[in-house]
Amino acid sequence: MSDQDAAFGNRGNRDLSVVNSKGRGTIDGTRRSGPTGPGRAGDPFLIGEAMTGGYGKGADILHDCTIAVEKGQIAVIVGPNGAGKSTAMKAIFGMLNLRGGSVRLNGQDITALNPQDRVKAGMGFVPQVNNIFPSMSVEENLEMGAYIRNDDIKPTLEQVYDLFPAVAAKRRQAAGELSGGQRQQVAVGRALMTQPSVLMLDEPTAGVSPIVMDELFDRIIAIARGGLPVLMVEQNARQAMMIADKAYVLVQGANAHTGTGAELMQNDEVRRTFLGG
Amino acid sequence: MDILNALVVFLNFVFIPAAAYGAQLALGALGVTLIYGILRFSNFAHGDTMAFGTAIVILLTWGLQALGISAGPLPTALIALPLGIALTALLVLGTDRAVYRFYRRQKAAPIILVMASVGVMFVMNGLTRLLIGVDEYRFDDGARFIIDVRTFREMTGLPEGLALRSTQALTLVVAILVMIALFWFLNRTKSGKAMRAYSDNEDLALLSGIDPERVVRLTWIIAAGLATIAGTLYGLDKSFKAFNYFQILLPIFAAAIVGGLGNPLGAIAGGFLVAFSEVAVTYPWVRVVGYLAPWYEPGGLMQLLGTEYKFAVSFVILIIVLLFRPTGLFRGKSV
Repeated sequence: MSDQDAAFGNRGNRDLSVVNSKGRGTIDGTRRSGPTGPGRAGDPFLIGEAMTGGYGKGADILHDCTIAVEKGQIAVIVGPNGAGKSTAMKAIFGMLNLRGGSVRLNGQDITALNPQDRVKAGMGFVPQVNNIFPSMSVEENLEMGAYIRNDDIKPTLEQVYDLFPAVAAKRRQAAGELSGGQRQQVAVGRALMTQPSVLMLDEPTAGVSPIVMDELFDRIIAIARGGLPVLMVEQNARQAMMIADKAYVLVQGANAHTGTGAELMQNDEVRRTFLGG
Repeated sequence: MDILNALVVFLNFVFIPAAAYGAQLALGALGVTLIYGILRFSNFAHGDTMAFGTAIVILLTWGLQALGISAGPLPTALIALPLGIALTALLVLGTDRAVYRFYRRQKAAPIILVMASVGVMFVMNGLTRLLIGVDEYRFDDGARFIIDVRTFREMTGLPEGLALRSTQALTLVVAILVMIALFWFLNRTKSGKAMRAYSDNEDLALLSGIDPERVVRLTWIIAAGLATIAGTLYGLDKSFKAFNYFQILLPIFAAAIVGGLGNPLGAIAGGFLVAFSEVAVTYPWVRVVGYLAPWYEPGGLMQLLGTEYKFAVSFVILIIVLLFRPTGLFRGKSV
């Protein structure tokens, strides 16, 4: 939330008979996109290269951070709390001001695009929290995912329901009434409805039970095997690395280790510091 | 026979006026609730938007009348309404561009937008007075009655008469059509769903590729349309006086809050509830009782409150409802 909210102990904002603070946004929707440029030869499908920046006018959180994902692969970002994992993801999605570095997708430099236009450029993003429209039905949530499409969305809708049979049974129910795991499925489904060329997940398994977590991981693997590159921030480092084609360990906003999941699992330092021995 | 007479008196003096007034309040409350739900603040300028829109419609009506154009039995104002809505929407969009967008970009706390809307209210207040003046204007033309008292008496042979003014019938018909259209729009169309999505979760709407500024513009246009229609119907039914539109903001807010802010169905229910209570509490029931219980001779008019106190009624209802159901009759956003 903005600085002004903190003034006077956020007094006036709590009177719900005059203000509606629920569902307020943090992204500046009025920002316009700049032009896109050409990508570079030999780029991965999506790369955020040498990203440096932070939120608003605040201090830098990311320092020369590079994250990339290749076609058909799963890349995960892991690291300790406060390492800037989610921030790196948001930087790739254009939700913070980069003071250095660039983001390139599919042979295009999209550093100057605002988040709305990055969605149109093919990025699908599932935030960690508040990732559904609670008062709308499951089906409406998915329809909103397909907002930018003008073609027939029925086949994609069926694909998503096939992928997540649990939510298919509740398509008329308000998404806010579902369980945590089902909400996450709706959230991922919503992003898939855009038919993105890359899927970005911010801690998709946060706050769900271990069984649901395994199931979600299975679905994510299935999505990636279907050819859609997945970039994911994950708190459960060990499990994430097991399914990762490429893993990035961030420490204090900078790349500490990079490699395939298996490589990093073998790395002594990574194991000691992040995987608990 | 006496029961019939009582019913006719009730319909004539309570039900029909309250239903028309309720429809006007409901349309106003829909605009307020829409802005609350989607733009996230209570728009104090809504009453004066209604006044401005109506003033424009009146000016256009006079122009049309001068040109000799009329809508036959219907008021000429109906022809002027679409252009009136368009001009009001332009003003409201201009206000958004000049005032609200700045705060939206700053991600200002919603309470700041409420305060800004109070400022906008005063400016619009003055603008309306500059445009049309402070006097009372009647601008209803066309057929005055659908059923008048004499015809009704001759038809039924009852001593009591019933009148249905064309503006009252028009108010109800237009209000119902507008409400159906609004609900269809919000629940069935892509743009309407996008507005609900934005209301639910702004950031996620943006991440779904919904252009937030487009949603905001659409909301203002619909609110301006609702305000102009509500204001024009109110003006046709009663009369236009800029100050009355400032005052009507109170029952409109009461209606929106009683129904549950942010809930369009609640706004409609709240509008009718407030209107019926206002009329019922300030109506002298002595004649109805006289027919139903002729043996009873009340000492007074059996009027609970003088009409001067009608605004108090809205607030009493408001307090009672909020005491028992803080989120309004229908569950609003303020859960």
